[in-house]
Amino acid sequence: MSNNAFIRIEHLYKTFSTQKEQIEVLKDINLEIEKGDIFGIVGFSGAGKSTLLRCINRLEEPDSGSVFVGEQEITALAHDELLAFRRKLGMIFQQFNLLDSRTVRGNVSFPLEVARLNRADIARRVDEILELVDLSDRISFFPGQLSGGQKQRVGIARALANDPVVLLSDEATSALDPQIALSVLDLLRSINEKLGLTIIVVTHQLEVVKYACRHIAVLEAGSIVEQGSVAQVLTNPTSDTMQVFVKVNSNLTAGALTEGSGI
Amino acid sequence: MIEVIKKVFTLDTWKVILPAIGDTLFMTVFTTVLMAIFGVLLGVALFLTQRDGLRPLRVFNAVFGAIINALRSLPSMVIIILTMPLAKLIVGKSWGPAAVIIALTLTCVPMFARMVESSFLEVPRGKVEAAKSIGARTWEIMFKVVLPESLPSLIRNFTIAIIAVISVTALAGFFGAGGLGDVAVRFGWNRFLTHMMVAAVLVLIVIVEFVQIGGDIWAKHVVRKRHL
Ligand SMILES: Nc1ncnc2c1ncn2[C@@H]1O[C@H](COP(=O)(O)OP(=O)(O)OP(=O)(O)O)[C@@H](O)[C@H]1O
Ligand SMILES: [Mg+2]
Repeated sequence: MSNNAFIRIEHLYKTFSTQKEQIEVLKDINLEIEKGDIFGIVGFSGAGKSTLLRCINRLEEPDSGSVFVGEQEITALAHDELLAFRRKLGMIFQQFNLLDSRTVRGNVSFPLEVARLNRADIARRVDEILELVDLSDRISFFPGQLSGGQKQRVGIARALANDPVVLLSDEATSALDPQIALSVLDLLRSINEKLGLTIIVVTHQLEVVKYACRHIAVLEAGSIVEQGSVAQVLTNPTSDTMQVFVKVNSNLTAGALTEGSGI
Repeated sequence: MIEVIKKVFTLDTWKVILPAIGDTLFMTVFTTVLMAIFGVLLGVALFLTQRDGLRPLRVFNAVFGAIINALRSLPSMVIIILTMPLAKLIVGKSWGPAAVIIALTLTCVPMFARMVESSFLEVPRGKVEAAKSIGARTWEIMFKVVLPESLPSLIRNFTIAIIAVISVTALAGFFGAGGLGDVAVRFGWNRFLTHMMVAAVLVLIVIVEFVQIGGDIWAKHVVRKRHL
């Protein structure tokens, strides 16, 4: 692919061992993602999307293969270096994973405390970032007082607080109703434009891909079966997964988008 | 019956009961403080070192867990007897409230350590992962995520543990430590002074109620503050 790949994944393998069996979840994954892209990883449930995403920040340790981000080989980092790398990377989750014990301010401060910023800088940065996600008026609220969409915006604020170079999103809009999901995707798009942030989006929803992504890779039973620009893959799907996705999607009426297709 | 009730509220009765309350509270407070400190420390160690914990150490966790289970399976009485030489070494004598605190602590710490561990395990994995994903260090995940997130559950378990401490202090009476349990047995049971028994039991009930209500209020306060 291109020479200016920002994230490179080479020959990545991952197997989970349970007592009974070995499950090969990722098989020889090769990927290149450009800086500033919004890159979608799609596939059916159990295809290995989350596992692949989690290998990028090594929440999951791959068995073999390498992940490069910029100049750094992530898979070769020692523990302390890995922690330092993770501080330059944000992640958002389907279940938000906010801390109930902290207010919105406290949640967004957390990565900055971890990065050892001083108090004044933390306060300034939290104000700034809450402005960006339009939650300044909720700064003293606890997560228990927020709607799902607001919680995810706090999640995004937390992920962005320390100026990451990459944002990883694992089904970040799946737990939200379509309208709210759309506004969260809008937020991700505007962040991508404003900050030039590279975003990797894991999803099983074609609407998300169409709306937000520029490139995608299709994962089927642990292998990448198709990749390219969204337009290219959608107009000429070659994998079983993508053909099913496109077919199901075209069977839905246009109105379904706002009536619970669950962007 | 009425005679007994009348006697419960006489000065003579309370001349015996009041010092016993002092002994019970002394043992309870000391044991509780030690239990809180060591129970949390051991609970953290158990939690961190489990198989898919933040710092897995299989052998340590297995050995340590086995020791804790062994201590938990011994009756408090046996622990008191076994620790008598130890008590003599530390406090200079093998009987009395101070000596018995060692045995009480050894009885209660393993129980509370398991309670702390199970409170920590209730914290959703996703929250720990979110902290990992921003590069948090192990101690930050422990003290800024796991501990505060499990606080309501910790408080409830702590309340139960204090009440367990109060009930084992009753045993301490056999070793000259005094306390309300001792009064109930020595006066109430051995000497057929039913009013002593009733008075001691009444005071124990009040203390336990007090602890339970206090714990409930504290836990509810935390939950309400977080709007959970
Ligand atoms: N910790 C684990 N231990 C054993 N097997 C696992 C583990 N995590 C994931 N798996 C297995 O790996 C496979 C891929 O899981 P993964 O979560 O990556 O799928 P996914 O594509 O994200 O699916 P979904 O869309 O449902 O989230 C599944 O078969 C799953 O059962
Ligand atoms: Mg998944």
